[in-house]
Amino acid sequence: MLTYAIRRLVLSIPTLLFISFVIFMLLQLAPGDPMAQVPLTVPPEVKQKMREALGVGEPALVQYWKWLVQVFWTEPKIFIDWLTRDSFLLGWLPDTHLYQGELRVISWQTRSPVMDIVLQRIPQTLWVVGLSYVVGVLIALPIGIYSAYRQYSVFDQAGTFITMVGFSIPPFFTGPLLIVIFSVYLGWFPSIYDTTHVVNDWESFKFQLMQMIMPVMVLALQTTAQLSRYMRASMLDNLNQDYVRTARAKGLSEAVVVMIHVLRNSMIPVITVIALGVPAIFGGAIITENVFKVNGIGQLLITALFANDLPMVMTLTFIFAVLIVMFNLIADILYGLLDPRIRYD
Amino acid sequence: MTEPVPASPAPIEALRDKGPDKPPRSKWKDVWAQFRKHKGAMIGAFFLIFITLGVLVGPYLWTLDPQALDIRAKDMRPIYTALWDSTAKVSWAHPLGSDQLGRDNLSQLIAGGRASMAVGWAAMILSLVIGAGIGVLAGYFKKLDGPLMRLTDLFLSLPILPLLLVAVTLFRQPLRANFGPEGGMFILIVTVVGITSWMPTARIVRGDVLALKEREFVLAARSIGTKPFQIIKRHLLPNVLSPIMVSATLGLATAIITESALSFLGVGFPSDFPTWGKMLADAVARMEDFPERVILPGIAISLTVLGVNYLGDGLRDALDPRIRGR
Repeated sequence: MLTYAIRRLVLSIPTLLFISFVIFMLLQLAPGDPMAQVPLTVPPEVKQKMREALGVGEPALVQYWKWLVQVFWTEPKIFIDWLTRDSFLLGWLPDTHLYQGELRVISWQTRSPVMDIVLQRIPQTLWVVGLSYVVGVLIALPIGIYSAYRQYSVFDQAGTFITMVGFSIPPFFTGPLLIVIFSVYLGWFPSIYDTTHVVNDWESFKFQLMQMIMPVMVLALQTTAQLSRYMRASMLDNLNQDYVRTARAKGLSEAVVVMIHVLRNSMIPVITVIALGVPAIFGGAIITENVFKVNGIGQLLITALFANDLPMVMTLTFIFAVLIVMFNLIADILYGLLDPRIRYD
Repeated sequence: MTEPVPASPAPIEALRDKGPDKPPRSKWKDVWAQFRKHKGAMIGAFFLIFITLGVLVGPYLWTLDPQALDIRAKDMRPIYTALWDSTAKVSWAHPLGSDQLGRDNLSQLIAGGRASMAVGWAAMILSLVIGAGIGVLAGYFKKLDGPLMRLTDLFLSLPILPLLLVAVTLFRQPLRANFGPEGGMFILIVTVVGITSWMPTARIVRGDVLALKEREFVLAARSIGTKPFQIIKRHLLPNVLSPIMVSATLGLATAIITESALSFLGVGFPSDFPTWGKMLADAVARMEDFPERVILPGIAISLTVLGVNYLGDGLRDALDPRIRGR
């Protein structure tokens, strides 16, 4: 198992390098010019110098190499410096001073380091998207278990229908629909997510809760729909197995049979699906973040794309790719760890 | 002289076949019988056929031009609002109302459905062709298996929606210049959706082909000297048809949703060309006053996708021999 994990980890490095290369070369074809906003009165040789300052003047391969160095060498150094200087966990270590003022990946929109902006945006995305994923999982699992246990009952039929509906309605429809119903007609929740809001007492906490409900619910509906279908199918597969009959014949109570024997076996594929869904949620949140004006990573990507901010787009897409590769790896390893019948070696 | 032995001895009465009890049933008849039991799938299939026919025939029945501006008749409400609001601006000339430029909502819905369904079907067929092709090649030819499956893994680890957005913003201009604004966008969206959604099909088909090619009928076909591509065409493809059909329905649903999502984010078809996603996106800004402009295209997308998903569910049950006939 360990050798398998190490082999996969090593294999993921060329995969990620290749993906980053493909994305970089794709972005090289982009028609936009970072100097398009600069006034026409600026002489061309100054423009050329500005271009070089942004790192655009060089051949594509050199640019790619510099981007690689910045992301894999400079940024980790800054991260380690931050860890040893300001972080809570490792702050007691002596300051490492690894970062000596090298150039970092600079956003063309704001001229500030891309990683800093990403770090500013991550908490919002994690709060809304991460919480919605947790909520979705917590709703989906009981629904899946119960509708499999009572197959073809009214609950099962209704649950299957609702999950099918949740599966089919896109978030760009549920989002505006919820806004019309709950913030326009009923006036219960604010329609825009206020990211500058600070939680410091009960009132502000309540406001934070209110503004999070709608985006979280929109995203959770999607998660719930997919996961409860998987959970139901997986439970149904296991409920007809011989070991369940044996467990019942031994005189175990229904609760023990279903919740311990069957559930533990059916959770194996579901857990890998949950792990696989984590990066997809980051990508799918682009639309929801746009609808509710949450300034998270998804919205950052959209604005960067429209503003032709190639370093930002490149870095964000690469972060998504890293997430996907990592969680694929985690899912495969989890599958092997949880199911002793699976042997990778 | 001995009696001449009859060419075939008279069969013993007890062993004689009385002929088949029932006429033999073909596989597809069984599939159809199982499919008809699935109510949701039947409704979904009828709805899909209804929508497809509706957007095909609709422009001939409702002949109003979806792009015709009629500024005097702008901001009409749908006819049913008159039921509870007698002061609403309604007219039978625009049964579903009109938008802020006076374009008729019904004809826009029909035209938008045309675009969405065309993109959906074309992208689905493209992704099926790529997926089934790569799956069959990887499953049948051992040498190609490794590289093709690594390629599939690579595509699976690409972040799809960001890449779609990148690709659409990058290639919009050149394609528009070559094929016109609508044609270029159509080709771009179909290609981009097609080449980013073939991976599940390829994996399923490869798995099935790997199992099928060890079976005796493939060995028999090979022993009489059938060429590999003939084997694939005559023996393998018909046998992997059922998983392909199931992933076709899933592909249609994702293609419709992806196209609408792109239109919603403003990178889809040009602004005067209606699609369901674009109608929805344009109406979001004024949905407090005109909720129907959000709800109608939204319901159209959702019901179509729901119908397609139910159809896929029913097909999966009907084509699975373990479930069929139980």
